[in-house]
Amino acid sequence: MGLSMLAPEYRVDRDKERCIDCKVCVTQCPYDVHYFDGDEEKVFAREENCVNCHRCVVLCPTRALIIRKYPLELRENSAWKEIDIRQLQKQAETGGILLSGMGNPKPLPVYWDKILLNASQVTNPSIDPLREPMELKTFLGSKPERLEIGCDGSVKTKIAPQLELSAPVMFTAMSFGSISLNACRVLAEAAHDLGIYYNTGEGGLHQSLYEFADNTIVQVASGRFGVNSEYLKTGAGIEIKIGQGAKPGIGGHLPGEKVREEVAATRMIPLGTDAISPAPHHDIYSIEDLRQLIFALKEASDYEKPVSVKIAAVHNVAAIASGIARAGADIITIDGFRGGTGAAPTRIRDNVGIPIEFAISAVDNRLKDEGIRNQVSVVAAGSIRNSADIVKAVALGADAVYIGTAALLAMGCHLCRKCYMGKCSWGIATQQPHLVKRLNPEIGRERLVNLVTGWKHEIKEILGGMGINAVDSLRGNRHMLRGVDLNSRELDILGIKAAGE
Amino acid sequence: MKRIYAREEYCVGCRLCEIFCVVGHSKTRDILKAYKKELHRPSPRVVVWENGPLSFAFQCRHCDQPNCVEACITGALSKNEEGKVLCNEDKCVGCWTCITVCPFGAIKRGEGDNKKIVKCDLCSGEEEPYCVSHCPNRAIVYEERGVE
Repeated sequence: MGLSMLAPEYRVDRDKERCIDCKVCVTQCPYDVHYFDGDEEKVFAREENCVNCHRCVVLCPTRALIIRKYPLELRENSAWKEIDIRQLQKQAETGGILLSGMGNPKPLPVYWDKILLNASQVTNPSIDPLREPMELKTFLGSKPERLEIGCDGSVKTKIAPQLELSAPVMFTAMSFGSISLNACRVLAEAAHDLGIYYNTGEGGLHQSLYEFADNTIVQVASGRFGVNSEYLKTGAGIEIKIGQGAKPGIGGHLPGEKVREEVAATRMIPLGTDAISPAPHHDIYSIEDLRQLIFALKEASDYEKPVSVKIAAVHNVAAIASGIARAGADIITIDGFRGGTGAAPTRIRDNVGIPIEFAISAVDNRLKDEGIRNQVSVVAAGSIRNSADIVKAVALGADAVYIGTAALLAMGCHLCRKCYMGKCSWGIATQQPHLVKRLNPEIGRERLVNLVTGWKHEIKEILGGMGINAVDSLRGNRHMLRGVDLNSRELDILGIKAAGE
Repeated sequence: MKRIYAREEYCVGCRLCEIFCVVGHSKTRDILKAYKKELHRPSPRVVVWENGPLSFAFQCRHCDQPNCVEACITGALSKNEEGKVLCNEDKCVGCWTCITVCPFGAIKRGEGDNKKIVKCDLCSGEEEPYCVSHCPNRAIVYEERGVE
């Protein structure tokens, strides 16, 4: 291929008044942007390589660097936007499927931002969470239809296994392989400190993380990587992954170069081989088949652990969720179309699936209408960005949420969306030893615990403002929500009133 | 005594320790002035050793029985009450005997015309040495670990 028509995406602005040519940027850039010219004795940049990961910006000791969007103006056209032209040029040069990392960046509506919360005034006094007890504890798992209480006050009904969370938030499935062992360790340790759970993803559970078993949900996906009897018995819960919000209907592919010794051992596959997860589970072609797998896993774990089934939010999500509940799952996890990923075909990520906000209310409604809402807990995932999103998700009908991108951001991710290149400059989505060590698990753990601790305080504050003292009283309480800038069809599906109503 | 310890598993090889060592030993202790304005920029007392993914910051170990102090021909090097091995630059004549006897290679020659040695002084007077407080990944720590 001759001349590339692709202009750089970013421009590296180096303030020469501040730059001391210390070469920190040179040592830290895994994309070969910064280089030191020995003749000139100065640092320069190959801008075309820059992915805007901000590693150099953050580590530059004199704040001499600013990365800007490349200012080249393409001929204006409202149909052919810059991104469309760039993607087309890239495909014309490579002939491949476009790959992307992280969640859908398209300017589709974020419904969280169109939903507003209520607060008490005069008639129903608000509660000050600093003065009065406030309960965020959440239990995930199948709840009985009714409780039988004995004469001595003891509960006679047999309760299905439950996951006990200190707050309605967990760390979503991210496999060892897609992220580094240090990143997995951060999730495990933070979940342990916070009294919540993290999910192994389909990469198996590394031996060094077995000590956090009580805070681990182990995943069984279509590739069955790392699944063995000990693995199933070790986790506090088991999740069957059917789909993922970023790439519904698509499998996974961990390139062989990431399958180094530890990843290979944990996944139980040969060193250096591609780890390919098929798009479907080859033993699941119906709800009945799913039921077989759910009960096979329950049998293997002595009926002591709740089994979750994770699906992507797609058009018929409510009917599918009903089938999953009837198949015997204890938890249904729904991943919205903004959910993140290490790598997905761009066209799939940007065009397939539905917003999680609609999926939550549709599933909650359907399960209530069929009288089986108590049989399953609903966990929502995909673009939960802050504590207010969690409150809105719970009020729409979710029992808890999973966070992925938010957790990675807390660890140091700067959302450059180049996870699939395996050169993560923050030591998260990489297996290269010199990059993995950039994430010190001590620091990551502190930052992640800080984030969720802050969110817990905020959730209490919001609940208190509504005059509610337990997150259980908020669940499915859509009276606490009002919509702005939504049409009546959208309001109906979300099951909320318009602001002012 | 408190010593500086490297945690090689978290060293990212950025060499900010070297850069801030220079700042900590400069006249103004201001990074821009130290690098852009000061005429005699001090040499870093800490060096990052690197081989593939392995890297760590290294400086004087402040040995319990320092060879350099014994070997110093002018008495410039001494071990103080706290246990820090320090160099009195007024007495140092730049004979480099200490460099030849240091088992770690932790003592450096001054750059340019300055033949006097440079070595880590644990940033005397500071609560934490500059290299420790400016490491972005806690790969250098300053702590009491008892007798080595």
